[in-house]
Amino acid sequence: MTTKLFGEPVRRREDGRLITGQGRYLDDLGEGALAAAFVRSPHAHARILDIDVSAALDVEGLVAIYTWEDLPGALAEPLPLLIPHPALTHGRTAYPLAREIVRHVGEPVVMVVARDRYLAEDACALIRVDYEILKPVVGIEEAVRGVHLVHEDVPGNVGAHLVQEVPGPGGVTARDAIAAAPHTLEFRLDIERSACMPLEGKGVYARWDADDGSLRVYSSTQTSTSVRMAIAAKLGLPLPKVEVVAPDVGGGFGVKIVHPWPEEVLVPWAARLLNREVKWAEDRREHFVSSSHERGQVQHVRVGFDDEGRVLGLDVEILHDHGAYTPYGIIVPIITSTQLLGPYKVGAYRVEFSSIYTNTVQVTPYRGAGRPQGVFCMERTMDRIAAHLGRDRTAVRAANFIQPDEFPYDQGMTFQDGRPLIYDSGDYPEALRLLKELIGWDSFPEEKARAAAEGRRIGIGVGCYVEGTGVGPYEGGHVQVTSDGRVHVSTGLTSQGQGHETVFAQIAATELGVPIEKVSVVTGDTRRFGYAVGTFASRAAVMSGNAIALACRKVREKALRIAAEALEADPRDLEITDGMVHVAGVPSASIPLATVAVLSNPLRYAFDEEARRATQFAGAASDDRPPVAEGEEPGLEGRDYYSPVRSTFAAGMHAAIVETDRDTAEIRILRYAVVHDCGKLINPMIVEGQIHGGVAQGVGGALYEKMAYDEHGQLLNASFMDFLMPYATEVPRIETAHLETPSPLNPLGIKGAGEAGVIPVSAVIAGAVEDAEDITIARMPISPSDLYALRQDR
Amino acid sequence: MKPPPFVYHGPATLGEALDVLAEAGPGGKVLAGGQSLIPLLNMRLAAPAHIVDVNRVPGLEGIEAGPPGVRVGALARHAAVERSPGAAAAQPLLRQALRLVAHPVIRNRGTVVGSLVHADPAAEMPAVLALLGGSVRLASRGGEREVPAAEFFTGPMESALRPGELALSAFFPALPPRSGTAFHEVARRHGDYAVAGVAAAVTLDEDLRVAAARVACVSVGPVPVVLDVTAACGPRPAASIKWEAVAEAVRDRIDPEGDIHATADYRRHLAGVLAARALRDAASAARGEES
Repeated sequence: MTTKLFGEPVRRREDGRLITGQGRYLDDLGEGALAAAFVRSPHAHARILDIDVSAALDVEGLVAIYTWEDLPGALAEPLPLLIPHPALTHGRTAYPLAREIVRHVGEPVVMVVARDRYLAEDACALIRVDYEILKPVVGIEEAVRGVHLVHEDVPGNVGAHLVQEVPGPGGVTARDAIAAAPHTLEFRLDIERSACMPLEGKGVYARWDADDGSLRVYSSTQTSTSVRMAIAAKLGLPLPKVEVVAPDVGGGFGVKIVHPWPEEVLVPWAARLLNREVKWAEDRREHFVSSSHERGQVQHVRVGFDDEGRVLGLDVEILHDHGAYTPYGIIVPIITSTQLLGPYKVGAYRVEFSSIYTNTVQVTPYRGAGRPQGVFCMERTMDRIAAHLGRDRTAVRAANFIQPDEFPYDQGMTFQDGRPLIYDSGDYPEALRLLKELIGWDSFPEEKARAAAEGRRIGIGVGCYVEGTGVGPYEGGHVQVTSDGRVHVSTGLTSQGQGHETVFAQIAATELGVPIEKVSVVTGDTRRFGYAVGTFASRAAVMSGNAIALACRKVREKALRIAAEALEADPRDLEITDGMVHVAGVPSASIPLATVAVLSNPLRYAFDEEARRATQFAGAASDDRPPVAEGEEPGLEGRDYYSPVRSTFAAGMHAAIVETDRDTAEIRILRYAVVHDCGKLINPMIVEGQIHGGVAQGVGGALYEKMAYDEHGQLLNASFMDFLMPYATEVPRIETAHLETPSPLNPLGIKGAGEAGVIPVSAVIAGAVEDAEDITIARMPISPSDLYALRQDR
Repeated sequence: MKPPPFVYHGPATLGEALDVLAEAGPGGKVLAGGQSLIPLLNMRLAAPAHIVDVNRVPGLEGIEAGPPGVRVGALARHAAVERSPGAAAAQPLLRQALRLVAHPVIRNRGTVVGSLVHADPAAEMPAVLALLGGSVRLASRGGEREVPAAEFFTGPMESALRPGELALSAFFPALPPRSGTAFHEVARRHGDYAVAGVAAAVTLDEDLRVAAARVACVSVGPVPVVLDVTAACGPRPAASIKWEAVAEAVRDRIDPEGDIHATADYRRHLAGVLAARALRDAASAARGEES
C-alpha cells in the first residue's frame, strides 16, 4: 500500500456511494417534515394590490401561510448585499417575500407550509394575488434607454459604473494608443444568458430544538458557514445555537454560493415558529425563474495594433445585464473586465462597464463567472486582427503573449479579491505549441481543402484564457488521528461533486504517511469546522488543500515528537509509512500512529484495550512532569489555515474543429483539444473530469443555451424541454494535454481547475464556425437557424 | 411541480375502463405510457379530475402485422413496435420513424397510440399515420368507430377523440409494390422534437417512374402537413429526378411559424432540404436500393 498519493489518478472515493443511490441529498433528508411551497410572481414588474388567501384555508393539511407582513425584525428587511463595492452606487436586493413590488417573474410573494408538497402546491394555486402591472424592462438596450425603471430610485437603471485604465508604455492612454496605431478595428459583440442548472436544485431543511433553543439547518449550499451566520443574524439567534450542514449536493456551479436565499431564512424561521421540521426542495421550474442566471453582455470593442498583430491599445465598453437585484455585487463584470486580458500584454487598456437592472432573474456567478464573456471578447479580437492582417490566428496570439521570463507579471489592475492582478506563473508559448501539435493546427489547411473537395465545410478555432483561481481570504483544515488509527479530516468549505473526499484524502494520506483507506473527509458541516468562506472561484483545492496539508504537518510534527519519546529516538530520524512511525532505515524500531494517538491523550478511564495504555497507572508517562506538558494539548490533532497574499493564475488553451452542414446549417464538433495548466496536479483524473464537465457546459453556452425572455419578461423556455443543455450525444470526445507550471504562492504549488473547461468554448467554436463558413460571428450561442440567417445576410 | 388532485382509476377490463371514462366525461384522461401526460400534470398544465390507467386492461398491447398493414394496440410501446420484425416488414416507415422518437428510455414506456392521441404536430408518429392514410379506432360505451388520419388530427395537441372515448388501436396501411419510405429530421439535440422533419413515401410504376410521391412534414404546421408532390416529380424515371426542385414545391406549400428554436424562414428552408433527402431515399428504397 503506497502512501504517496499526491499526483496519482486515484479513483473518486465518493462515486460508489453517489452512483448507487446511497447519496444523501437535501430532499432525501427529513422524511415527515412539513413542506414549504411558494406563490411566485407571474409578472415581471408589478405592484401587489391585495393577497387573498381565503380560498386556500380549506386545503386539508394546510399549516401556515406567510406574506411579507408576517416577517419580524431583520427578516422583514432586504436580503444582504454580500459584496459591496464603491462603484456599486445603486445596489439593490430583494426582500425574502416581496414587499409591495415584484421585479421579475418568479419572485416569491407568499410562503405556504403544509403537510406535504402536493398540498402546499394545491394551497398556492388557490391564493389570489391582485397585481397592478407595471412596465417591464427587458433587454440591455431597453434598460439603458432608461425610459422605464426597474427600481424607482435607480436612474437610468444603472446599478454600477466602473472605468479602469491601464496606461501603456510612456503613460499613453488606450484611446490615444488606438488613435496612433497603424491599424484599428471597431465592433460589437453579444453574449446570451445561460444558467448553472445543477442537477439538484436548491433546498433547505430546518429542525428547531425547542428544548435546547437551537437550530440545525441543512442547505444545498456552496457555503454552510456563511449561511449559518446569515441565519443567526436574520433570526436573532446566538451563533453557537445555529448549525448548518451541506449534505451531498448535486452540483452548484455558482448559483449556490449566493446566500442567504429567501428560502434559507424563511424555512428555518417557520420551523422555529411552528416548532416543526420544515423542508423546501426547489423544483426545476422554480430554479429557472427564481435562482440566478449569468453571461448576458453587450460589448463594444476598439482595438489598435501593429503590422505583426501586437495590440497597442484596447478599449472595451461593457453593458452587463445583472437582472433585478445585485446580491452578489458586481463580481461578474469585474472579472470580465480584468480577466479579459488573458495571456496577453495589450499595451494600453481601458475598460468601462455599466451594470444594468432589468426585470429578469438576477445575475450572479456561473462557472467561469464573467470570464467566458471576457475571453470571447479578447479572442474574437485576436481573430479579427488576424483576419485583418491576413496572418495566422495563432501567430497573432503568440505575438501578444506574456513570456515565461516575465513572471510575476503585473497587469496593473485590481482583481475580484481586491488585490493586484499579478500573474504568478505560466508558460503560454509552450501551451500553444502543445495545443497546435495536439489538434494538428499546421496541417489543417490541407485537411480543410480535402474536405472541401468532398463538398464538406470544416473549420478550426482556437481560444486562450487565464483564470485567477484560489481567491482568499482563507480556508482552514482540521486533522485528527484517533486511537483506532483513523484520520479524520474536516474543512469548512462545501462539496458539490468535485471529488473533495478523494483529493483531500490524497493530501492527508501523503502528508501523514497513512493508507488512504484510513482517511475520512468531512466538508461543509459547521459542527465540524466553523470557519470557512465557501466553494467558488476554483478555490477549494488551493485553499482547503493547502490548509489541510499545513494542518497535517502540525499533526505529523506532534506525532513524531510523541513517538520519539516512546522509541527513545530523535524525531528527526523518524518517518511515517503506512501508518507506522519508525526510525528511518530501522523498520523494527516502530510504533503505530494509532498508539501515538493513544499516548497523546493521557486518560484516567479505560474504555477499551487501546485506552488502557494511556491510563494513569499504565506507567507510560514520566512522573515528574504534568501528563499534558506545557504548551501541549491532549489529542493527536491539528488545525491550520491557509490565507494567500493573492490569487494564483491557471491558464489553458483550447482548439476545435467543426463541420457545418451546407444544407441544414447544423454544426457538429468533430474534434476538441485542451491544453491545461493548473500547476501541480493533485489528481490528474479529477482534473480531466473537471475539464470534461466544463467543456460540456461550454458547448451548451456556445451552441444551445439561452434564456428566451419575451418583451413582457416571461421566460419562454423555463423547462428542460426548451432550455437546451447538451446531452452526452452533443459533447465531443475531449483530447487533453497537461502542462504543470507550479504556483510559487502556496506550499503545494497548485492552482484551481474547477471552472477552466467552460471558459473559452464559445470563443473557440465561434472561431471554428467562422473559419468553416467564411462569415463573421459576433454573437453567441449560434444555432443552425442563426447560422442560416447569417448565410442569408452574407 | 406536483400534480393537482385527481382520482386514480385502474380498471381491469376494457368494459370497466369504458364505464369509468363515460362517467368521467370531459374530466377523464387516459394514462398509458405517461410520457407526455405526467409532465403536463406535474407542471399543472393539465388538471383532469380522473386518471384512467389502462395498463392493466388485457388485449391492448398487440402488434398485428400482415399484408394490409400494421395494427398497433393502445398499450404497444414505441420500443416494441420499433423492434417488431413483422411491423418493419409490413411498413418500414414505422421503424424509420420510431428511431427518431425521443430516447430509448422514453420509447420503452411511451406508446404509439398515446403519441397519436397527444397529437403534437412536432411528433413523428402522427406524421407517419397521416402520410400513410392510416386510421385510429376509438371505443366508447356506445360502440367503436374508425377515424381516418385526415380527420383525426384537428389542431395542435387536439384530436378527434371525444370525452368518454378510448383509442384502442391505430392502423398503419402497407404500401403497394415498388414503394419506398424514409424519414429525415433535424432536432436541436439528439432525440429532441424536430425543428422540422419530413416523412416521404414514393411509389413507382413498372417503368420506374414516379406513380405517387407524398410527404408529411412535422413542426411546420398545426397538424402533420401531408403534401402530394407526384406532379412536381413529372413523368421522369425516378433516378433522374432533381429532388431539390421537388422540394421547392414543398417549401411553397407550407407555412411554418418561428419560435425560440428556429425562424419560420429556416424551418421552410429546412423542410425543403429534408423533403429532398427523404424523397430521394424513399425513391431509392422503392427501386430496391439501399438508401
